[in-house]
Amino acid sequence: MIESTAPALSVRDLRKTYSVPERESGMRASIRSLWRRRTSEVVAVAGITFDVAPGEVVGFLGPNGAGKTTTLKMLAGLLHPTAGEARVLGFEPWQREHDYLRQMTLVMGQRNQLVWDIPVADSYELNRAIYAIPIDDYRGALAELDELLELGPLLPKPVRNLSLGERMKCELAGALLHRPRMLFLDEPTLGLDVTAQRRIRAFVAAYAERHQATVLLTSHYMADVEALAERVIVIHRGGLLFDGALGTLVERFSPFKTVTVDLDYPVEGLERFGEIVSIEELRITLRAPKSEAAALTARLLAELPVIDLSVSDPPIDEVIDRVFSAPADEAEPARLVGTSA
Amino acid sequence: MRHLPQLYRAQFRTTFADQVQYRGALAIWAINLILEPVIYLAVWSTVAASQGGAVDGFGARDFAAYFIAAMVVNHASVTWIMWEFEFWIRQGTLSPRLLRPVHPIHQTIADNLTFKILNLIVVLPAAAVLALVFHANFTISPWTLAAFVPALLLAAALRFAIEWTLALAAFWITRVGAINQLYFVVFLFLSGQMAPLALLPSPIATLAAWLPFYRMLGFPVELLLGHLTPTEALWGIGAQAAWLAIFVVALNVLWARGVRQYSAVGA
Repeated sequence: MIESTAPALSVRDLRKTYSVPERESGMRASIRSLWRRRTSEVVAVAGITFDVAPGEVVGFLGPNGAGKTTTLKMLAGLLHPTAGEARVLGFEPWQREHDYLRQMTLVMGQRNQLVWDIPVADSYELNRAIYAIPIDDYRGALAELDELLELGPLLPKPVRNLSLGERMKCELAGALLHRPRMLFLDEPTLGLDVTAQRRIRAFVAAYAERHQATVLLTSHYMADVEALAERVIVIHRGGLLFDGALGTLVERFSPFKTVTVDLDYPVEGLERFGEIVSIEELRITLRAPKSEAAALTARLLAELPVIDLSVSDPPIDEVIDRVFSAPADEAEPARLVGTSA
Repeated sequence: MRHLPQLYRAQFRTTFADQVQYRGALAIWAINLILEPVIYLAVWSTVAASQGGAVDGFGARDFAAYFIAAMVVNHASVTWIMWEFEFWIRQGTLSPRLLRPVHPIHQTIADNLTFKILNLIVVLPAAAVLALVFHANFTISPWTLAAFVPALLLAAALRFAIEWTLALAAFWITRVGAINQLYFVVFLFLSGQMAPLALLPSPIATLAAWLPFYRMLGFPVELLLGHLTPTEALWGIGAQAAWLAIFVVALNVLWARGVRQYSAVGA
């Protein structure tokens, strides 16, 4: 089938430049701005290109202001790009054709689609009408969402009486009642506690798997991305910095391994083994260049009373932090784009 | 388009559930609605009494009929879209609406109709009580009543189209409060809400007859009360239809441009 081989999402040199009003501070500048407005151009997205296959879950990463939300808004159809092309499920998103809108959803953490003062179930009924969902499909979707998110006790409650986590669950379910094939999730776990985050994550994974839905997800919590996405796209200052497997990202940006050993009894002079990250009683954590990790492990085992030893990649947060804090010239976007997963 | 009736039914239910939650607010709105004609009535009755019982042929009982009918017509045609739309833009709630496979105007139509139907429970008895208390002079003939129905519906549709069109200013201007205020002051004078057009200085009355404001309120009222000839009634209904056509076109053009502008600058 042609459907399955064509990308669900295809982006070519997509750009967005905002024109932002600019004014010096002070009374005189305020008065001058009454008849002369100055604006400056701000590049939010500086030409990015990527494809996403149907059913793929992709983490979209970048620091605040990198252009993640702007990209998501363009792909969902809210924003017109300044230049470039995008096709999502075969549609040009910003034409906002109803056939497109019926197949996709954009969930932005803070924006609520639910009606504040009425029970959740009533809001869902309204969504059913808006998306013209046949009653049997609707019941099926609701039962499934209830099973995955345990919505039951929340449905009769007015939205304003829900906690933040409960509201997010209900928002997410409401955004998926029409069973979209394309999901844009902008910070779906923002502000939630760990349990609720885990819940939402498991849910998104299950939904994507079950319906072969394509998901593009941004998050500040690396745990979200680790749990959901095998592939990540990193943008930084509006440009594409990395596109590839999460593991490759770690390899590429972290030339170190973390080696942890548990000792039987205290030993002096551990510095001779290399850089020590921490010592907690008998547990020592060392950092070694990747190429030397194997030799180090052998030395540790030979020379120390080792009870347990593990070699791991540094935490992904640390890696991402390194990527984003790298100076612009070092992180030349074009050269760091990896092979697509 | 096929599922629009279903959408309207669902929206009716939602708005109904939403509004009955705030019975206090509904009651205050009803009091406000009833108080307004009572104030105008009190003022004009006093003026009439001081001028020997009538102003330009309007006696106290005629004023009563005029302002009570105006209250009903005003209720039937009122909208609040100019504030609501500004709120949508400023709070960012327009964005999710744009991503639904249905034009946001449908929700506002359904909301508007639900509110009006719900409030008829208060408005109609209030009109009856006021008519009794003030001995309103309602002399309604079958033809004026028959012509009143399309005139009322057109008045409501026209006001909805005009105020939606004006609301779109929020796409270009962040604070539309000043525009709203100007519009309502002009509406108050030229629609016949504050006084029957016949009592205004003649250049203003002529101007008002050519502008759309009168067609949204004063015209159906005067038609109902038999102040107009059948020719004037037909002419007026034609004017309503013409204004409605103009504003439906304007609304469509400005909506398309506004949404393009909105999605260029950062929805």
